[in-house]
Amino acid sequence: MAEPLVKKDDDRDDEDYSPFMGIEKGAVLQEARVFNDPQLDARRCSQVITKLLYLLNQGETFTKIEATEVFFAVTKLFQSKDTGLRRMVYLMIKELSPSADEVIIVTSSLMKDMNSKTDMYRANAIRVLCRITDGTLLTQIERYLKQAIVDKNPVVASAALVSGIHLLQTNPEIVKRWSNEVQEAVQSRAALVQFHALALLHQIRQNDRLAVSKLVTSLTRGSVRSPLAQCLLIRYTSQVIRESSVNTQTGERPFLDFLESCLRHKAEMVILEAARAITELSGVTSRELTPAITVLQLFLSSSKPVLRFAAVRTLNKVAMTHPLAVTNCNIDMESLISDQNRSIATLAITTLLKTGNESSVDRLMKQITNFMSDIADEFKIVVVEAIRSLCLKFPLKYRSLMNFLSSILREEGGFEYKKAIVDSIVILIKDIPEAKEGGLFHLCEFIEDCEFTYLSTQILHFLGNEGPKTSDPSKYIRYIYNRVILENATIRASAVSTLAKFGALIDSLKPRIFVLLRRCLYDSDDEVRDRATLYLNMLGGDGLVGETDKDVKEFLFGSLDVPLVNLETSLRNYEASEEPFDISTVPKEVKSQPHAEKKAPGKKPSGLGAPSSGPTSAGDAFEKLLSAIPEFSGFGKLFKSSAPVELTEAETEYAVNVVKHIYDGHVVFQYNCTNTIPEQLLENVTVFVDASEAEEFSEVASKPLKTLPYDSPGQSFVAFEKPEGVPAVGKFSNLLKFIVKEVDPSMGEADEEGVEDEYQLEDFEVVSADYMLKVGVSNFKHAWDNMGADCERVDEYGLGVRESLAEAVSAVINILGMQACEGTDVVPSNARSHTSLLSGVFIGNVKVLARISFGIDGPKQVAMKLAVRSEDQAVSDAIHEIVASG
Amino acid sequence: MESCPSIKNILLLDSEGKRVAVKYYTDDWPTVAAKLAFERSVFIKTLKTNARAEAEITMFDSNIVVYKFVQDLHFFVTAGDDENELIVATVLQGFFDAVGLLLRNEVDKQTALENLDLILLCLDEIVDGGIVLETDASVIAGKVATHGLEGDGSLSEQTISQALATAREHLARSLLK
Repeated sequence: MAEPLVKKDDDRDDEDYSPFMGIEKGAVLQEARVFNDPQLDARRCSQVITKLLYLLNQGETFTKIEATEVFFAVTKLFQSKDTGLRRMVYLMIKELSPSADEVIIVTSSLMKDMNSKTDMYRANAIRVLCRITDGTLLTQIERYLKQAIVDKNPVVASAALVSGIHLLQTNPEIVKRWSNEVQEAVQSRAALVQFHALALLHQIRQNDRLAVSKLVTSLTRGSVRSPLAQCLLIRYTSQVIRESSVNTQTGERPFLDFLESCLRHKAEMVILEAARAITELSGVTSRELTPAITVLQLFLSSSKPVLRFAAVRTLNKVAMTHPLAVTNCNIDMESLISDQNRSIATLAITTLLKTGNESSVDRLMKQITNFMSDIADEFKIVVVEAIRSLCLKFPLKYRSLMNFLSSILREEGGFEYKKAIVDSIVILIKDIPEAKEGGLFHLCEFIEDCEFTYLSTQILHFLGNEGPKTSDPSKYIRYIYNRVILENATIRASAVSTLAKFGALIDSLKPRIFVLLRRCLYDSDDEVRDRATLYLNMLGGDGLVGETDKDVKEFLFGSLDVPLVNLETSLRNYEASEEPFDISTVPKEVKSQPHAEKKAPGKKPSGLGAPSSGPTSAGDAFEKLLSAIPEFSGFGKLFKSSAPVELTEAETEYAVNVVKHIYDGHVVFQYNCTNTIPEQLLENVTVFVDASEAEEFSEVASKPLKTLPYDSPGQSFVAFEKPEGVPAVGKFSNLLKFIVKEVDPSMGEADEEGVEDEYQLEDFEVVSADYMLKVGVSNFKHAWDNMGADCERVDEYGLGVRESLAEAVSAVINILGMQACEGTDVVPSNARSHTSLLSGVFIGNVKVLARISFGIDGPKQVAMKLAVRSEDQAVSDAIHEIVASG
Repeated sequence: MESCPSIKNILLLDSEGKRVAVKYYTDDWPTVAAKLAFERSVFIKTLKTNARAEAEITMFDSNIVVYKFVQDLHFFVTAGDDENELIVATVLQGFFDAVGLLLRNEVDKQTALENLDLILLCLDEIVDGGIVLETDASVIAGKVATHGLEGDGSLSEQTISQALATAREHLARSLLK
C-alpha cells in the first residue's frame, strides 16, 4: 500500500515538468494558423492538434466561433499525405462534433478516404463519418458501408459494424437494410468482427422474437469464436429462455445445456457470464444452480481480485433467494473476510450472514470483530444491517449478536454508523423479549460516553418507555441522573422526562425520583427547570395540574398525534392573547407537497418511535383564505383540503386546477386559474358546475373571479351543501365561463369591449378518500391494541388479476386515502404476501386503523383480508363499503 | 441484460488525481464539474489500495470501476453495475498493456504527456461510443503506431518505428514466456 512515489531521473529534477506547462488557449488557437500554410509541416500540425486535444481533455471549452475556426482550419489538413497527421485530424473532427452545415465541408474528403486503399484510412473515415453524419448523407454512403461490413480487413468491418450499432438508434430503417451483410459478418473468422456483427444483428432483430430464437439456436451449435461474442450469445440465450419458459412450464428448460457447457469454456469472462445467467433464471431450481455455484466457488480462491469480486457479488445475490445453495461456499467465503479488497470482504461477510446457520453464528462473529476495525463506515453499516436481520432470524443467538453490537458501539465511528447500531439494538429489544434487559444496559453504557446529542435523547426516550417495565428498574436511574449532571441542556431536559416516566409507573421509586427532580429545579436551563416543575406537579398530585393517574400516563407516554411541522407552523402563527393555545386546532393532515424540501439524511424507520414529521402544511393557508370569504364562514371547521387536481392539459391557453375543501356539511371547490395568453384579459371568471352525477350535492354559493390578467393566478370558488357527516361521493363536470378582452401587450391596456366565451374543463370526482385525513400513528400495534376490537370489522376481498402485488397495495391505499404506517406501503420485490398498516381520521373526527393482508398467487390473482378498527362501528362499515365499491 | 457490453468511461489520472487523458462515453456525468467530481471520488476511494500487481475493483454509485496503477499513473475503466466485471477488466488490461507497448515500458506521467497523441489514439482504438472495439493490446498498439511508419510525425525525440520495434520485442518476449 505504498504511496505512489514518483521516481525521477536526475536530469528531470525540476519537478512538475510537463510538455504542456503554461499552455494557454488563445496562444494555441493562434498556433493553429499553421494549418493554413501552403507548405504544411505535418509534424508541427500534429503537435498543435495534440495541444488542442489536450485543452479539450482538460475540460477547456471552445466558443462556437473558435470551434468553427479550428474546424475549417483542420479541414485544410486533408491535403497532407502524412498518415499520422491524418489520424489526428480524424480525432479532432470527432471531438469538435461539427454542425450539419460544417459536415458538408469534410464529407467529400472523408468519402474519398472511405474508398482508399489504406485499411486504416477506410476504417477511421467510416467511424468519423458515421459519427458526424445525419440521415440524408447516410443514404449516399450506405453502399460503401454495406461493402465495408464484409470487407476482408477485420478492422474495416468492425468499424462499419460498430458504426451501424450507433446509427441504429437514429436511422433504424436504413441500418435494417444491411441485415444480409451483417449476417455474413457473423460468420467471419475474425473474433471481434463476429462480436460486433452479432451485437448489431441482434439489435436489428430484437423485436422479432422468432428471429432471435432462430439466431440463438443456430449459434449455440458452436461457431462462435471470441469470448466477447460468446458472452453476447449467453445474454441472448437467457432472453430466449425467459420468454419461452412461460409457455413450457413443464420439463427441461431449453438451452440450459448450452449455458452449462459455457461453464466449461476456457475464457473466464464466458464462465462468469454463464454462471450469472443461470443464477438469474426465473424460478431457478437448486439442481440447476449447482454447476454454476461450483464454478463461482472456484473463482473465490482466484488470485485476481476482479474474479473474486465477481464471484462473491454473484453469490451474494443468490444468497438472498437461495441461501442453502450457497452454504457450500462458506469455507471459501470465510477466508475472504480478510481479503485486501474491502469490497470483497464486505460482500463475503454479508453473504455469510445470509447463509450462516445457527451453529456458525458464534464463529462468524469472532471473525467479523477483527474485520470491523479496518473498514470504512459505509461498509460497517451494511454489516450491522445484515447482523440485525440474522439476529431476527435466529433469536436464540441474540446474546452473542447483542454482545457484538455493544462492542462495536463502544468503538470509534461516525453518526450514521452509531445510529445504525442503536437502531438495530432497539429493534432487537422490541422483537426479542429476552434481549431487553441486556440491550437496555448496553444502551445505558453507551450514553455514558456518547458524543451525539440526537442519539442520547432518543435512547433516553426509549429507556423511559421500556425501563420501568423491567425487573429492576432502579438500576437505570443512576445512568439517567448522570445525564442531568453531565450533559448539555437538550439531553438534560430529555433525562428529566425519562425520570418522570419512571416515577409515574413505579410507586416505590417515586420518593427518590422526587428528590432528583427537585434538584433539577435549580438547573441553569429554563427548559430543564420547566420540565422538572411540570413533572413534580403532575406526579405529586398537588392539584395544580390535578389530573387523574390515567391522564398523567397519557401525557407522559401518549404519542403526539399531530405532525411536528404542523405544530410548529401553528405555534408560529399563534399570537399571545388571553386565549390559550389549543393543540386540537393544529391540522393533523400530513401534506405531501412536491416542492417540499427534502429532510437531510434519507429517512429510515428509526425504530425509536419518533413522531412522523411531514412537509409543511398548506392547510393553514387554505383555512385563512376560506374563512376570509363571508359566504363560506358559516361552514364550520375545515376538515380537509385535497391536493390540487389538474383540470386542463399542460400548456393549454388556460391552466385550471381544483382543490376540494371538505367541511362537515359542505364542500367548497377552489378553482385555481392561470391565464397563459399575454394578449388577453379575462373578467368575471366563473366555473359552471354540472352536479347531475352527484345527487347528494346541491350548489349553495359561487364566488366568481373579477379579473384574470396574464400570468397571475386567481381563484374562483363554488360551494355545495351535502348531508352532514356523510361521505357523499359524486362526479362533477365543469365549464369555465368568462369575458375575454383583447390586450395590447406592449401597452398593457385592455379594450373596452369584451366577448363572452367558455372553455371546457375536465371532470373530477369527490371520492371517499377525500373524507379521510392521512394521520399516521407512531406505534401501530400500540394504537391497534388500544382501539380494541369493539368496533372491528373483518372481511375478505378478491382483487382479481393485478399487475403486481406492489401495484395492488398502492391502489388500495390510494382508494382509502389513509396514511401507511411504519413503511408498510413499500412491498419488497418478489414478495408473495404483504401486510399494510394504515391509519387515518375519517370525517366526524373518527380515528380509523386498518390492517390489510395481501396475497398473490401464480396467475397474479390478488386477494386481501381487511381488518378495520375505529371508534365507531358505522365508520368501520363505511371503510369496508369504500373497498367493496372501489 | 440483453444489451451489448458497454463502457461508461476510461480514465488515466496522475498520482494527484489530475487528468492525463480521459474519455467519457455516456451522459451520466453531463458537465465538466460532474466529471471532475467523479474522477476525484474514484481517485480518493482507490488511492490507498495496492493495484499494481493485479487489477483491482471497486463499486460505487451503481458503477463498477476496475483499476490498475503503475508508477505515477492510475488507469480506470468504469461500467454499469450489471456489467460483466471480467469484460471491463479485459478492456482495462488492453488499455494498460497497449500504453505500455506504446511508451516502451516507460510508463509514467512524463512520458505519457510527451506522447499524449499516442494515448489519445489508443483510447480511440479501444472503445467507440461505449462499445468495445478491440481488447488485444498488441493489436491496439499496432493500430496506433502504424501512423508513424511513413513519416516523422512524432512528438517525442525517439521515433515511433523505434517504439514499435521495442513493442514487438516486448510482445515476442511475452509470448515466449
